[in-house]
Amino acid sequence: MNRRRFLPVLPILTLLAMLGPVVAGLWGTLLPAFGHLPAAGLTGPSLDPFRDLFDWAGLPRAMLLSISTGLLATGISLAIVMLITAGWSGTKPFRALERLLSPLLSVPHAAAAFGLAFLIAPSGWVSRLLSPVVTGWDRPPDLLIVQDTWGLTMTAGLIVKEVPFLLLITLAALGQADAQRSVVISQALGYGRLTGWLKTVFPRVYAQIRPPIYVVLAYSMSVVDVAVILGPNTPPSLSVQIIKWMSDPDLAMRLEGAAGALLQLGLVIGALIFWRLCEHAMARLGQRWIASGARGRFDPVVAQGALAAGAICALTVLFGLVVLTIWSFAGFWGFPDALPDAFTWRNWMRFGPGTLEALGETALIAVTVALAALILTIGCLEAEYRFGLSFSARAVWLLYLPLLIPQTAFLPGLQTFMLSLGADVGRVPVMLAHLVFVLPYVFLSLADPFRAWDTRMGTIAAALRASPNGVLWRVRLPMLLRPILTALAVGLAVSVGQYLPTLLIGGGRVETLTTEAVALASGGDRRAIGVYGLMQTGAALVPFALALLIPALVWRNRKGLRHG
Amino acid sequence: MDKGLSLRNVTIRKNGAPLLSVSHDIAPGEVLTVMGPSGVGKSTLLAFITGTLAPDFQATGAVWLDGQDITNAAPHQRRVGILFQDDLLFPHLSVGANLAFGLQPGGSRPERAAKIAEALDEVGLSGFEDRDPATLSGGQKARVALMRMLLSEPCGLLLDEPFSRLDAALRAQVRDMVFDRARARQLPVLMVTHDADDAQAAGGVIVTLVG
Repeated sequence: MNRRRFLPVLPILTLLAMLGPVVAGLWGTLLPAFGHLPAAGLTGPSLDPFRDLFDWAGLPRAMLLSISTGLLATGISLAIVMLITAGWSGTKPFRALERLLSPLLSVPHAAAAFGLAFLIAPSGWVSRLLSPVVTGWDRPPDLLIVQDTWGLTMTAGLIVKEVPFLLLITLAALGQADAQRSVVISQALGYGRLTGWLKTVFPRVYAQIRPPIYVVLAYSMSVVDVAVILGPNTPPSLSVQIIKWMSDPDLAMRLEGAAGALLQLGLVIGALIFWRLCEHAMARLGQRWIASGARGRFDPVVAQGALAAGAICALTVLFGLVVLTIWSFAGFWGFPDALPDAFTWRNWMRFGPGTLEALGETALIAVTVALAALILTIGCLEAEYRFGLSFSARAVWLLYLPLLIPQTAFLPGLQTFMLSLGADVGRVPVMLAHLVFVLPYVFLSLADPFRAWDTRMGTIAAALRASPNGVLWRVRLPMLLRPILTALAVGLAVSVGQYLPTLLIGGGRVETLTTEAVALASGGDRRAIGVYGLMQTGAALVPFALALLIPALVWRNRKGLRHG
Repeated sequence: MDKGLSLRNVTIRKNGAPLLSVSHDIAPGEVLTVMGPSGVGKSTLLAFITGTLAPDFQATGAVWLDGQDITNAAPHQRRVGILFQDDLLFPHLSVGANLAFGLQPGGSRPERAAKIAEALDEVGLSGFEDRDPATLSGGQKARVALMRMLLSEPCGLLLDEPFSRLDAALRAQVRDMVFDRARARQLPVLMVTHDADDAQAAGGVIVTLVG
């Protein structure tokens, strides 16, 4: 059939779908940043946009916020995850935490951020539970906790979401690191479990999880939805300000926004270089530490502390969802009552129809994008298998590229670029923009299980005269049903959580659960936020439940696939 | 010689360095045993014959099966059956469906079911059609794998250390069954192994590769 000619094209098509919008977007940022925007009747080059940008009084603080949030969120979540894994991997508490954190990974950032805000705000649940008995407050205290000037709450909101992500990435890397034997050996040499792990396993694991760590750093520095919900307002973080400029009715403000976007890109690149230098410094310190022969006297304390921190992250997200649920059903809920006076369906009756409409749009986009990503991914992996191609370590970085370049650096440019082409904003361009971010995650999720499939199964099937397509459809894909559905669920969750691509490329006219929920942040209607936040979480979580349930049902009489 | 499996001046190199050279004719019903320590490239030779050689290997020479040059044929058109040391039954298919996968297309549904029942009968597994392969014992799996391969009506048979996972008691039993079936169907057999017992039991020519 024509598949033979079709298959080799897929890897190229995939790269194009992933990197094309990034390149176009950066180009669309570069021109206006130097004063060239024919759509607004401006032609460059000029340095005026940068002059305007540097004249903005809030710039130093906005830049500092971007840097501090990124480095703190990445450093702290990495430290928590490494210390938990070092101190506890292979134990019962570790497995309990792992089981608790895995589903939390798919909770969208916005929902988790709302949950955190509803917990720790002056009138939040924690304050209500402690008042008035412990605190003596009978009114919410006048404290700036959420949206604090230093962005600490925003940083905390990022940490609770990045810990599950990094933990899962670490678990995947551990499988290839032969960790258990190294720990046993070092324990036999008198090292504590935690110190032994850090000195023997950590270097191997770190080398493997480096790309996702860089993704976390770039993401934390330039996040918009979490910053809108939890970050400061005066001034906001750089990325939020860029979006403000970009959505200004005055087209000329886009020039300043574009200049800001380039600055944001520069900041992220600078931070990545700084992080790389820190890696070298840490490696040198680490070697000295290893040479010192210290056995780890404080291991138990550190391990307990790390486990507590991990548990706090998990419980924060979990109780955040609980308080969202309570608000969505709350009647009158006065301060400092621990629970509302009454539970009612009224909020759901009121906001339900709106969420259903947004859910329809969300699902249409997510299903289309995730399926497209899955087909491209399977095509790439199958082409790799059939034609004996192999991706070098360098090529793997291409997968991470769309995730390393801050969304605020190229999405505004992509929007401008599309305007200049005369392409209308709307649903299809939004889908293409989502695909940029969904593809890498789907690929990374499916690649390992797909490659780990025993190729002798393919040899056997071919010896039984099954054609290459027959092997794929009748043997390989059915055997890989579980990882395939998991990858699909990952793709759906990533698409559901996308805020900026939907907002910018949709021109504000494509309304998904995420854009609607984030838009509610400024209004502060907690009941509406509760309803939208829960719907958003459900839209991301239900596919994961199905990805577990469907293979269990389909293969209920197939023991050989139960743990595959 | 028309019938049989011929390896004509086969040389396999790994990244340019010669790995092994074999030139041999295997007549129908005969067994050629290739012996040698692990890592010498025994399985690579079989991968060349099945058409699944990894890209870092280069091979010269030709493979002829029943008077046809299959050196460059697609893997699924070679009519070469293979058994590995693992049974490699498809875990998502029942025992019966595994056999149906092997059985050549054609025939009505009852006819196909009858052929499968007959095959199971032949190896003492009557009524096993609906079983999950994961619930079978090692010896039972090996027998299903053998019948699945034979139902595809191959013209030659490759064995890649096929008995090394079986314990001593089962081993002789399964081994005899495989060689008996191959002889009865007049199949040329190429076996690679590092086990001297298996080589003896095969009763054919033994070629030893050195690393």
